[in-house]
Amino acid sequence: MRSAFFRTLLDLAEQEDRIYLVVGDLGFGVVEPFAQRFPDRFLNVGVAEQNMTGVAAGLALCGKIVFTYSIGNFSTLRCLEQIRNDVCYHQADVKIVSVGGGFAYGALGMTHHVLEDLAIMRALPGMVVVAPGDPFEVEQATRAVVSQPGPCYLRLGRVGEPRIHGPGAVFKLGRAIRVREGRALTIISTGGLLETGLRAAELLSGVGIDARVVSMHTLKPIDEAEVVSAAAETGGIATLEEHSVIGGLGSAVAEILAESAGARGRLKRFGVPSAFAPEVGSQEYLRAVYGLSPKAVFQSLRSWL
Amino acid sequence: MTQAFEIETVRTLATRIRRHVVQMTHRAKASHVGTSLSMADLLAVLYGAILHVDPSHFESPSRDRFVLSKGHGCAGLYAVLAERGFFPLARLTEFYQDGTSMAGHVTHSGIPGVEVSTGALGHGLSIACGMALAGRRDRRPYRVFALLSDGECDEGAIWEAALFAAHHRLDNLVAIVDYNKIQSLGAVKDVLDLEPLGQKWEAFGWAVREIDGHDIDEIFHILSAIPVAPGRPSCVVAHTVKGKGVSFMENQLLWHYRPPDASEVARALSELDLER
Repeated sequence: MRSAFFRTLLDLAEQEDRIYLVVGDLGFGVVEPFAQRFPDRFLNVGVAEQNMTGVAAGLALCGKIVFTYSIGNFSTLRCLEQIRNDVCYHQADVKIVSVGGGFAYGALGMTHHVLEDLAIMRALPGMVVVAPGDPFEVEQATRAVVSQPGPCYLRLGRVGEPRIHGPGAVFKLGRAIRVREGRALTIISTGGLLETGLRAAELLSGVGIDARVVSMHTLKPIDEAEVVSAAAETGGIATLEEHSVIGGLGSAVAEILAESAGARGRLKRFGVPSAFAPEVGSQEYLRAVYGLSPKAVFQSLRSWL
Repeated sequence: MTQAFEIETVRTLATRIRRHVVQMTHRAKASHVGTSLSMADLLAVLYGAILHVDPSHFESPSRDRFVLSKGHGCAGLYAVLAERGFFPLARLTEFYQDGTSMAGHVTHSGIPGVEVSTGALGHGLSIACGMALAGRRDRRPYRVFALLSDGECDEGAIWEAALFAAHHRLDNLVAIVDYNKIQSLGAVKDVLDLEPLGQKWEAFGWAVREIDGHDIDEIFHILSAIPVAPGRPSCVVAHTVKGKGVSFMENQLLWHYRPPDASEVARALSELDLER
């Protein structure tokens, strides 16, 4: 996802000279092409995320489209008040990018586990929140947020995620993508667990359960209609996110269901409990610990139905 | 217009700002009268003689930018903007009132001429850095002035921005510290001593001038010769008196909080006599 983001940003910056990239001294091996191609529009502010965000807001108030970039929680939590006041209140055209969503940096410990960002960014007024599920969605989301003025949070995974979508896929901010049809239940995923959702659906298919799979790449504004249809047309909804179960996709879907008269569907939330991981490990390992592997999701859903 | 005439005009503007501030905080039962009074002369020079801003084209891309980082001093800013014709003076009665937009920390929303909303300390200088950098990249001649409080310099973000501005040689950026020596819970030297403040800015790469922040002539001469040194951001450490201009408010922590009552307003206005 990281490569898709930088490739797309470079391409967009060729066409739009208002695009700036401001980084907090991270991005070794990926920011260099932009920095070399557009030295006047690249800033490494050093290890200073509050200033990174404030500078971005100032640039944006003078007409720039500014991407801030760091890994993990640094581009969001460390500078949260700057995001809220300087970016959101001013409706500044700042796109906050975090790489390493969820357990992508699992072995690096709890400082680098990104598990509350979606909840916190969702709560900010005027913030568009996007967690793409594959490199295609990353590319499309990056293009879309440049076309749409105003604050945005873009949560990326890391490297090596496979492309899920076929050539005919259509991406639109705020519009979920139905990746697989099914009636027995709907798996709604956000971010990099899209592949997990699809594989779990394939396992379910093997035992005669046809699951719909939806990529909810935009968490805010969320595609309410897709959630309501899933509740009305399928036997239940499972949400899948590499994030705390508090405040992210599961919460957003629960909020919709609770207020929708016709949505009778049952809900099961897959995610991470609100607790620090007691151990470290690879992304794959930690996903398995929290029941977020395809097999664990499959088994859990099979018994749930 | 001669400079002498300008200075007299500016002095009158400063007094008018102070009179508005006293009345606004009284009507609103608002805090922070002392902080608006300490910066009144700085605002008067900026808006009376320095800033290239035009109330009828306040969004012109080439305008100078003023960022009030000490957002709690907003009464003073609202007053000078009204005096300069960005909006009618009558709107100053909206301060703190139900259903208006004139918040107790400076807000750009609904208030022409305000560049940036602040109120949480330590934000304004970074935003000003971004604006100054944009001006440089766009080859526009504007300058960016950020007015900081002394207590605000406790914030780490100020020093992140200070490093950034010097590194990028933003000599179109000016930080003015309203050094009135009193912060929220006491004297700056007792809460978290900033001394030697000028030397700190100097060490961070800024060209620093320390001035009497109530000497209109001195403020004008420094701010009309920006940058202080080519290739470096300018820092003006303005030594001021909290509550300046109203004898019983000067150097008193109490007036960070207390609004003046009716008799205190009368006394203050008699001291701030425009005819004197």
